[in-house]
This record gives sequence, structure tokens and C-alpha cells, in this order.
Amino acid sequence: MQNFAHEMQVAFALILAGDSELLGIVALSLRVSLFAVLFAALIGMPLGAALAVGRFPGRRALAVLVNALMGLPPVVVGLLVYLMLSRSGPLGVLQLLYTPTAMIIAQVVLVTPIIAALTRQVIEMLDAEYAEQMRSLGLSRLATVPVLLWDGRVALLTALLAGFGRAIAEVGAVIIVGGNINHVTRVMTTTIALETSKGNLALALALGTVLIAIAVTVNAMVSLLGQRAEAQEDVRHA
Amino acid sequence: MFENWIKAGAVALAITGAGSAQATEEFIVMQSTTSTQNSGLLDHILPAFTAESGIEVRVVAVGTGQAIKNAMNGDGDVLLVHAKAAEEKFVAEGWGVQRFDVMYNDFVLVGPAADPAGIKGGEDVVAAMSMIATAGVPFASRGDDSGTHKAELSHWKSAGVDVAAASGGWYRETGSGMGATLNLAAGMGAYALTDRATWIAFANKGDLEIMVEGDTRLFNQYGVILVNPEKHHGVKAEAGQRFIDWLIGSDGQAAIASYTLDGEQLFFPNAN
Repeated sequence: MQNFAHEMQVAFALILAGDSELLGIVALSLRVSLFAVLFAALIGMPLGAALAVGRFPGRRALAVLVNALMGLPPVVVGLLVYLMLSRSGPLGVLQLLYTPTAMIIAQVVLVTPIIAALTRQVIEMLDAEYAEQMRSLGLSRLATVPVLLWDGRVALLTALLAGFGRAIAEVGAVIIVGGNINHVTRVMTTTIALETSKGNLALALALGTVLIAIAVTVNAMVSLLGQRAEAQEDVRHA
Repeated sequence: MFENWIKAGAVALAITGAGSAQATEEFIVMQSTTSTQNSGLLDHILPAFTAESGIEVRVVAVGTGQAIKNAMNGDGDVLLVHAKAAEEKFVAEGWGVQRFDVMYNDFVLVGPAADPAGIKGGEDVVAAMSMIATAGVPFASRGDDSGTHKAELSHWKSAGVDVAAASGGWYRETGSGMGATLNLAAGMGAYALTDRATWIAFANKGDLEIMVEGDTRLFNQYGVILVNPEKHHGVKAEAGQRFIDWLIGSDGQAAIASYTLDGEQLFFPNAN
């Protein structure tokens, strides 16, 4: 490990020099995970909100299930998506296996429960606070969902970030359904796994540091957005 | 109804730009092993084929056992692996069209410099492995049904050692790739069987050294097979066959022979 400092320099020099290979890998990581979070939010937020304000049989059981699915092992998700997308699987005709689309699908499955569970929590709290007010305005329970989602938007950013964190850091699922194909489905985490298997531990660790730097940047940007939104809110309330 | 949903989903996903990369270029998917990728061989030879044919070769590098199973599912057009008996079975059962020899290298038995089993310098791999078993010193096995794992198991069998009984004791099955297994061996001072190409390219040797080499039983043959398009209609038979013809032809064979690392040739072409 004595050459770790050297490998760090190499990794950052590659980034600073705009090494197209590495930038391509970083860009693909971001594209896959951001799309995954987007789709997961479109499914998970309404689902979470419905679980929070809805009153239907099986709601509690469903909420427990969603919470439990937050702990889905990525390898199992990878395997399930592989079996679906394999040429001999039910969706084989789509020829999506070993494409970034397959990776997005796997990450959507992983991220949706996280976003849904956190959304439920946020909306439940808001609902407890505003329920009477809304009902006095004659709004039905379901009609309050968009209002509550909008009101909780800053808190919901955290849910999105938690989902993004899970997606960008995940390797078990994307390596199965993506195949870690150079220039096609190779992302940061699978590159790190590959370099580790070649025994290039320092380079793998350096790439890991780059991954963390990217995650920090994305989080900082979202946090900044959240602060600005809150500040605008305060101005309006004043 | 269900099909319409699938189509709508596919369109939506296509909009994400996820599938855009493959729209312009012709490509085939090759199921192969970690040894051909980790050693750098494929990065060295594939660009020449792509330049000549316009066909991109997308490599999924897993253990031989998994590569064969993936190919049986139709998730690949070409199979390049190293477990002759399993390859011949794959063809005999109709999953593959025909098997061709491509190249060979050899396995080496590596272990810690301290050599607690006292096998260094030997040329009889079976005798050496039986000494490891007798001494009960750690041995790191792939344990993943890969070509290397199959080769290792055949040596234990020849040595009359029941490794299943020692599993979890001195016999450690990592269930992962060659590199991960070597990382573990380096970390715990264990012996391991590895193909020479991965060994030479491996950067985290620690105090591991070659203990036994040169036994004819350590020969490691690679073969290439076109996945049978009659089993899976999606198989790109024409492009796949074109790649196989190139690989076992003079250009591909010369490309394999020209690949060296630290001055050592890693693979030796031997197509008929």
C-alpha cells in the first residue's frame, strides 16, 4: 500500500486531464443512477404518500413490506432482473440485458422502496399536522396528497438523496445485469471491483475516493437547492 | 394488453438514451473468463478485429461455469472459456455449434515464500498438493465452478484428498474470481492454483511466489464456440462466426502471440 499516494495522484491526474475513459465511466454512473432515482421517485413518492394518507385494508402490511424491501440484497435484485431480461426469460425479446437500461431497471427496484418508505414518513408527519385544516377545506384524503408532497418537498429531497446514495454505490446488481462491459456498461463501482480483482488495490481505492467526491458534490448541490427553497419559503411566510 | 405495456415501457426506456450506444454499431456479446480479461489479452487483440470488421465485441468476463450457463440462456453469441470437458458437453447437448482450440497457457501453484508445506521447486503438482493436505496448511480455492476450479478439483482427486471434508478448515473456498482468490491467498499466506496469465498480471502478490510449475497436468487449453442459433434465435451467428474465424485464423493467432506483459508471452496460440 506504500504506493497509495502515487495511485491517488494518478487517479486525480486522470480526472483533471479529462481522461475520456474515466470521464465516460463517471458519466455513465451518473446517468444510470440519476435516471434510476427519477423513475423510482415517480413510483415511490405517490406510493409512499398513498401509504401515509390512504385508509385501505392491508395498508399496514404494505408499509411493513416496503420498509423491509429497503434491505433488498442487490445481488438478489440483479439475479431477478437477469432472469427477466435473459434471452430465455419472459422479457428476453427486448434485448435489454447487458445495456445501461438493464442497470437502470435493477436500480429502480432497489431504490423505490427507500424513496417510498421515507416519503411515507414525511407525509405522515405533515398529514398529522394539517389533516384537520385540509378536511375543513373540504379536501378528500387523496386530494391532499399533491399538496402534502409539495409542502414536504425539501424533506423529500433527503429521500431522493438516500436513494441516489444507494444507487451510485451499488455493485452487486449492476455487475450481473450490465456485465461490466468496457465502454458500454462499466460504471465506477464495477471498475473498482475489476481493479481489485486485478490486484490494483491502490488504484481501486483511489477510484473509490473519486466516487465519494462525486457523491459529496451531488449531495452538496441538492442541499444548496434545499436551502434556497427554504429561504424563499421563509421570505413568503414573513 | 401485456405486450403493449412492454412495448410502451421499452419506448420509455429508449428515450432515456440508455440503448443509444448500440443503435449505430454492430456488436456481439462474448461470454468469457476473468483470466482473458484481467490479463489484458482481450484489450490487446479485440481492437484489431473491430477495426477490420466493424464489429464490436462486448465481453462479459465471469467464471467458466457461469459463462457456460449464461450462454445456455442465450445471453451471448460466442463463448471463450477453458474447461474442455464442459465445452464438449455444451456442444454435444446442442447449445453450441462447434468447438475450436484457440490457445493455451498453463496453471501454476503459488504459495507464501515461507513455504510451510515444503513444496517449492517441485514439478509434480499432485504430489505437492497432497503435501499441502498432509501439512494442513491453508489453501485458497476458487470454489466457483470456474475452469481453474475444475482443474484444481481434478488434481485433488488424483491426490486422493477429500477437500469437502477439509472445507472451512485448511481448505478455504472463496467462491470468487481468480483475482479475489489471490488477494485472499496473499492476505492469509495460503497456497492457490492460478493460471499463469492472471498471475503475471496480478499486482498484489505480496509474498506469494510460484511453488510448482511445468507439470504437463498443468496445461490450460482455451476453446471458442458459437452459441447455437437454433436454440436461441437472437444469436448473431454470422457476426459471431466471423469473429471465431478471425480468432483461429492467422491474424487472430498472431495477435494472441504478440501479447506480452513484462516481457513474458501470456498465451500461446494453437488453433488447428
